[in-house]
Amino acid sequence: MSMTVFQALNGATFAALLFIVASGFTLIFGLMRIVNLAHGALYLVGGYLGLVVAGRSGSFTLALVGAAIAIAIVGFLTYTLLLRFVGGNVLRQVLLTLGLALVLDDLALVIFGGDAFTVPIPETLRGPVQIGTLVYPKYRLFLLLFSVLVFIALALLLRYTRLGALIRAGVDDSEMVDAMGIDIRRVFIYTFMVGAALAGVGGVLGGAFLTLYPTADSDILVFSLAVVIIGGRGSLVGTAIGSLFVGMLATFGQVWFPELAYFVIFGPMALLLAFRPLGLFGKTA
Amino acid sequence: MSAAPPTEGEAGWEAVAPARRRTPAASRTRIVLAVIFAALLVAVPFVVPGYKTSLVIETLIFATLAMSIDLLAGYAGRVSLGHGAIFGIATYVVLYHVTTNAGSPWVGMLLGVVAATLAAVVFALLAIRTSGVYFLLLTLALGMIVWGMCLRWTSVTGGENGLRGTVAPAWLSPQPVFYFFILIVTSVMTWLMWRFARSPFGLTLQGIRESESRMRALGYNVPLHLFIAFTVSGFFAGLAGTLYAFFNSFVSPATVALAQSVEGLLMVIVGGVGTLFGGLVGAAVIIALENVVSFYTERWPMVLGLMFIVTMIFAPEGLLGWGRAVLARRASRKES
Repeated sequence: MSMTVFQALNGATFAALLFIVASGFTLIFGLMRIVNLAHGALYLVGGYLGLVVAGRSGSFTLALVGAAIAIAIVGFLTYTLLLRFVGGNVLRQVLLTLGLALVLDDLALVIFGGDAFTVPIPETLRGPVQIGTLVYPKYRLFLLLFSVLVFIALALLLRYTRLGALIRAGVDDSEMVDAMGIDIRRVFIYTFMVGAALAGVGGVLGGAFLTLYPTADSDILVFSLAVVIIGGRGSLVGTAIGSLFVGMLATFGQVWFPELAYFVIFGPMALLLAFRPLGLFGKTA
Repeated sequence: MSAAPPTEGEAGWEAVAPARRRTPAASRTRIVLAVIFAALLVAVPFVVPGYKTSLVIETLIFATLAMSIDLLAGYAGRVSLGHGAIFGIATYVVLYHVTTNAGSPWVGMLLGVVAATLAAVVFALLAIRTSGVYFLLLTLALGMIVWGMCLRWTSVTGGENGLRGTVAPAWLSPQPVFYFFILIVTSVMTWLMWRFARSPFGLTLQGIRESESRMRALGYNVPLHLFIAFTVSGFFAGLAGTLYAFFNSFVSPATVALAQSVEGLLMVIVGGVGTLFGGLVGAAVIIALENVVSFYTERWPMVLGLMFIVTMIFAPEGLLGWGRAVLARRASRKES
């Protein structure tokens, strides 16, 4: 019994990480229709940056902030230097980000090599915590809390700020927003930066318990894709539900069918798609 | 370019514009060129035996994969990132049958093609409901499932170690014999794909690429056409995969990984989407480059990534398309 609870918590905390990464992905996908296949690479690079910052300064907070800012800048450069030139054609954008992912991964491999690294976490988050009869790592609970805060922050941003209103309007009809005299390009840039920053933060958080290794980016990208495909483009609630679904399936799948874990995740996803091609909360464009 | 944001309608890939009607002299030049090209291909194992011939063999196999991707991307307007997985399934099945089951390579080849075609059927059933970027996402995810299963299902696939064993029967082992075996099979496949693309069915696919709703209004069964196109495309990808098993005698998760689909797609794009034979050009360029680059540096993935970025920004219509565009511009300048 307590084993099941333990696994469920593992699933929930993995879902928490997935939510942070996938919400950045879905923001960009929802507003700009860009499937940023470099999102996993941004996660990995963010994680490595966090590793360096945490190693030098000894501060986990600084690592999170540093990775967020640095990856937001990478996102800014990606958008203004590369994606701007292929504007209009979605497939060209997708394939360009795929190329970028290959370059970033290889750069990371050159600099950090093939070994697995763990981002050091502060003393206060180390060790287990006891809830009733259950002993559980403190850090993973922190991650759960952190993702809830991210969810609330994003929900508030989308609901109450001007940028949020513009993003929501843009998800529904970006041409109309543009026609109303609003500089949609700028909204695009901000969104891309926020989305990228979330990947960077995810990298630091994930790097602290899943470790960072050369193919970590594809692993997280596949799961994020699954989350977004299930949840639907540009929906925060959809992403949260999708994350929980994928996080739980991934965790229990590994316990029940270790060899076929991947199939356990994607079988239901494929079935869902057969009935709702745009995901649970997806809207037609 | 105005600030107009991208819309879903622009998600399709513009295929390279068809060549202009040829004068008799131009078509004679083409026949001569084709004969010279065929002669060069036949001469390969005698002129450059050894390593370089094996590179040409690899090129022929991957050209078949690239062309199978182009059948979908160039004619039906559906860009797939799952074909590397379909290709790799066939490779896995052949090697499993020959090594673990100690079966005949020809039966293995048959089973491999059947397995790949079945996988394509499953992919198609799910993917034909979507288009544009969703199609790409879905085929990517489906390909990743195959990769994940090949990696984790250790008892069957050998996990990361993969499967190793000689597939080709003894009489195929001299290199020239093997070369001609591959050349004949891939030539027949190319001819079949060309026939398929030029058939009324292929024209219908092009119609779907241009306007799905119009084709539906004309009474065409669009999902059925896409389903058949995907399955046929998967059949050819699978056949290329079985040949790869004969050639490589080894398969690992890398064969079904995303990188394989990506490389196949890049071959199509470099050669020109919708040109079919461009796949051969693309395969030759990429494989030649891979070997040259690997000679100097281990950073092939980085070069591949940079090529993707540069191609997308500067020459999305590929080398053949780019060449044709330049020629057309020059021709129109001459006429005016």
